[in-house]
Amino acid sequence: METAVFIVCAVIVLAGSLGVVLARNPVHAALSLVGTLFGVAVLFLNLEAHFLAAVQIIVYAGAIVVLFLFVIMLLGVDRLEDISIEPILGQRVLATFVGLAGFGLGAAYIATSVEGATISTSSLLRVPASNLHHIAEVLFTDYVYAFEATAALLTISVVGAVVMTRRAGRNRVTQTTAGED
Amino acid sequence: MNCGFESWGFGNWGPLASLGPRVFALDPLYLDGVGLAEVAITLGKVIVAFGLLLVGVMLMIWFERKLISDMQNRIGPSLAGPFGIFQTLADGIKLFFKEDLIPQRSDPLVFKLAPYLSLVPAFLVFAVVPIGGDFNGGDGRVSIFGHETFLQVADPPIGILLVLAMSSVAVYGVMLAGWSSGSKYPLLASVRASAQMVSYEAALGLSLATVLLKSGSLSTNQIVSEQSVWNWNLWLTWVVPMVVFLIAATAELNRPPFDLVEAEQELVGGFHTEYSSLRFALFFLAEFMNTITMSAIIVTLFLGGPNGPDFTTVGWLSGVLWFFIKLMLFVFTFIWLRATLPRIRYDQLMDLGWKLLIPVSLGWLLLLASYDIAGDRGWNRPLTLIVTVLVMCGLAGLLRLALLSGTKAATPNNAQEPSLGSLDTLDTLDTLDTLDTKEGAF
Repeated sequence: METAVFIVCAVIVLAGSLGVVLARNPVHAALSLVGTLFGVAVLFLNLEAHFLAAVQIIVYAGAIVVLFLFVIMLLGVDRLEDISIEPILGQRVLATFVGLAGFGLGAAYIATSVEGATISTSSLLRVPASNLHHIAEVLFTDYVYAFEATAALLTISVVGAVVMTRRAGRNRVTQTTAGED
Repeated sequence: MNCGFESWGFGNWGPLASLGPRVFALDPLYLDGVGLAEVAITLGKVIVAFGLLLVGVMLMIWFERKLISDMQNRIGPSLAGPFGIFQTLADGIKLFFKEDLIPQRSDPLVFKLAPYLSLVPAFLVFAVVPIGGDFNGGDGRVSIFGHETFLQVADPPIGILLVLAMSSVAVYGVMLAGWSSGSKYPLLASVRASAQMVSYEAALGLSLATVLLKSGSLSTNQIVSEQSVWNWNLWLTWVVPMVVFLIAATAELNRPPFDLVEAEQELVGGFHTEYSSLRFALFFLAEFMNTITMSAIIVTLFLGGPNGPDFTTVGWLSGVLWFFIKLMLFVFTFIWLRATLPRIRYDQLMDLGWKLLIPVSLGWLLLLASYDIAGDRGWNRPLTLIVTVLVMCGLAGLLRLALLSGTKAATPNNAQEPSLGSLDTLDTLDTLDTLDTKEGAF
């Protein structure tokens, strides 16, 4: 059963990721990305990482890709791209090379990894329904500095975004005041 | 009561046997592996939930139309069936037989996909809602044909997170429907809608976190069990999170007064302008189904779900009745809001979401957490609360000061903000300035 779920999800993930790369329409590419993310979420479920699966859907599918689509729609770039022109010279050759190198690295890693080396972490997660407690415990003890640093980084980027969009020297005008003059 | 499923000789049913306890771990139904009886009961539960939702939508549309007509001194639907109760059925049949149009400039694939993207999440959310069960003594187990189970389709370990996940997936339906129509107004509506839904999801999640703080579990069954019989989260979390959740849920559902997505006066119809026939019906169905499900979620989270004093002789009946009484309360509230409140403006919507609901729910979460910690550590609880409030007030004051000084530094010659009263005293230069900003306001 586990293998069957894996095969179905693997097909969905691969088809989705191919769609991301091959679709000419940016919106279709973004939708394929959603398909991939859902496939990965089910794979997480299959590994009993329930919380990760939920976070995968809520954060990646629910917020990030929605943001992508939002930007695509707002900027109106949702047309078929003319891909006969190469914006940066030598980009494609370089991309092919880097892609192949990444694939080779991944394949080499899987080929050389010892079977059963990752069992220790999964046995930790095998306690029923306490997935969340485990993550919380590890996050607030072993990785508390990394966690806090990430939080600070995110806060800074939010403040930065607000500062950049807040235009100096302009007062906020509401619809009522603007409509009166 | 035992129907004798075991006597059929299917002890453990093939490949599903290994799946049972792992994936649906929390439901006692699957503890002894998955046999044919378990599969039959699960299928039965799915069909009942499906049917309940469909019939519920039909009745709710009729109820909404009748109630609003009463509030507006009209009669409302009255011809089809007794009290016009079959009006929705008639409308459904009419929509079903209408011509299905696909606009020429649309993106056909996405255009066809979008209605299902809003319908499927609406169905899925209801799966985690416990609609009955005896929580007075036990943990909500009921016995069906000799098998112990919960009266909910599934009780996954992530429980309530499924609700958040599905409500974030539902954004896609609205968003893609508007975009794929290949028309300007639906696109504007869908941009509005997705911004609105994403913004209010934050407030929804934060007010939900207070409930998780109290129950210590994500599973909906656990959350309801913890609230037995009168320990409802409504007063355990001191009312405010429920109010925030209710407002955020109304915005998430795009129901009045937050129905800017379907502002007929500005956007022709909304994100579904180009849809007709069955596809339009699917959007309509999803919208009302979401209203019912969201009411059910609020009941589960804050009003103890099926919890309540036992007043019937049949064990499980009282829970179901309590659940439906509470559900109707919220369905009524949503309809009442629609009949009472005018639609709010877009900037008011964003101000309410980001500047009021999110800070309030975040602050409330901190307040509850400090109260709990004070209890654990044996500190003086009222004192801890006061100190927390003071610290939060101090931080809010600092933030306000920083914002004010920022505004002052930016506008040295015009320190005061233009309000309604001060507008006529502004000189021409400032008026020009305000006129200039009007274009940049959106």
